[in-house]
Amino acid sequence: MQPQPFLRTFVFPAALCALGFLAAMATVLQYSLRAYVPGSLEAGGLSFDNFSALLKPLYARVFIDTVWICFLTAACALLVAYPIAYALVHAQNRLIKAAILIIAVTPLFLGEVVRTYSWIVVLGNNGFINSVLLKLGLIDRPLQIMFTTFAVVTALVHVTLPVMVIMLAAALAHIDPSFEKAAQSLGAGPVRAFLTVTLPLSTPGIIAGVTTAFAWTFSAFATPQLIGGGQVNMISNLVYQLGLASFNFPFAASLSVAGLALTFMILSLLRVVARPFEKFGPH
Amino acid sequence: MARSAFQRLLGIVGVLAVLTILGFVILPAAVVTLAAFNDKAILAFPPETWSGRWFAKALAYEDFRSGFRNGFIVAGCASSIALLVGTTFAFALDRYSFPLKRTLEAVLLSSLVVPHFTIGLGFLILAAQIGWARGFAVVIACHVVLVLPFVLRSVYVSLRNLDQKLELAAASLGASPARVIATITLPLLAPGLVGGWLLAAVLSFNEFTASLFVTAQRTQTLPVAMYNYVREYADPSMAALSVLYIAATATLLIVANLYLGLGKVLNVESRR
Repeated sequence: MQPQPFLRTFVFPAALCALGFLAAMATVLQYSLRAYVPGSLEAGGLSFDNFSALLKPLYARVFIDTVWICFLTAACALLVAYPIAYALVHAQNRLIKAAILIIAVTPLFLGEVVRTYSWIVVLGNNGFINSVLLKLGLIDRPLQIMFTTFAVVTALVHVTLPVMVIMLAAALAHIDPSFEKAAQSLGAGPVRAFLTVTLPLSTPGIIAGVTTAFAWTFSAFATPQLIGGGQVNMISNLVYQLGLASFNFPFAASLSVAGLALTFMILSLLRVVARPFEKFGPH
Repeated sequence: MARSAFQRLLGIVGVLAVLTILGFVILPAAVVTLAAFNDKAILAFPPETWSGRWFAKALAYEDFRSGFRNGFIVAGCASSIALLVGTTFAFALDRYSFPLKRTLEAVLLSSLVVPHFTIGLGFLILAAQIGWARGFAVVIACHVVLVLPFVLRSVYVSLRNLDQKLELAAASLGASPARVIATITLPLLAPGLVGGWLLAAVLSFNEFTASLFVTAQRTQTLPVAMYNYVREYADPSMAALSVLYIAATATLLIVANLYLGLGKVLNVESRR
């Protein structure tokens, strides 16, 4: 075996980080199994009440809504991101390429709050869209766009778009362009060449993108909180409300644990569904 | 090969689709810019009178100022720690074999898919249990865990692309392992290290959900301060701050693209 200088020094900091992370997750798990003592920050004894309370229609409804919003967002983001990723990889002009990349990626680094606020300005009752429609005489009074699932999903698609573009572009960039040329020289039209060659070859990127979009949307908080305004609730909003407003940490923890279990279940399901397509991968 | 009318039409539709989508991406930024220069406190499109007074108000607002300072401290510390941890671990991951290698990697990368509110809640309760005050240490620890996967990936990709023959040459000329790392490996990795550090710093500076859980009034970072402002006030100071934010971020990215090649850092450049 080759010498491995500094092995311990190199692995120790990472192990420490992993330990801290695992300890935080273990605390959540431990709290989820303890009773809530009203008026106290300390949790009580062992109890499964938190998890049975999750089955109440009120909470079940939030779980279903969350998954539905994540699904819609991931699907829409995929549709919107694919053309951008394709253009990014296939653009010939370096300047156009750089422009597409910067426009598509900038939102990723703005953070959820700035982006959510911007969407409030666009979608609000005296926001941009309503002002324009009123000026054009298309509507008499402002449309109620805020506080709807549509508004939340629109903003969330905007939030997830950059990651999706990066994942898709990474996959598209690693496809040998001669494959598509070969298909075209054999008589396939550009549409057919795309559908039968490029699209299947990009499935690893699609899977990675959808998975990440799903997980990120699940994690979103400011967008459903501010744009949903209590009308559209996701698990994150409930956890915040219970944890930092009611100080019911045990129940907030059990919601987190259930949410985490749900995320992993859906992500593994995605992986199982995607397995047959993985053979299309470029590597 | 001559392009048929159909192919030309397809090309036009494609370009239009891309332009529309880019328009969707830019729309909020453009609208917020309009709103920021509106003189009145209430939104109006187009604004009737223009002014820059909201910028002055946003820059003078104490919570934004302290949020910026705190964010600077947290992002600086968290990204530097993450760079140290990520670089050493990426090196071990690429070159060495040791027990629990894959498990350790999986644990560190899993913070990518665990919702941030769960991580924030975890660190909040953990800190309370072990009796840590809600100071900067908790916020920084939480941020390190959140940004580590990005540094790890960036450094790992650079390590993979590094020509190991250069290191072997140095070693065969008698350089010690420490000297090889210091004089050959690290300089060659520099773009990946800078890219990873910058990515981590920007992500940490903008991190919101987990920060909301782990920060207190005294350690509140800028996104948390902005969130609290949006909940309480509706004047365009927030729009003005957003414009500054967008301008700073776009400038940073354009510079990063010029010097580091953003396409390479994000791995979206075709290898051919």
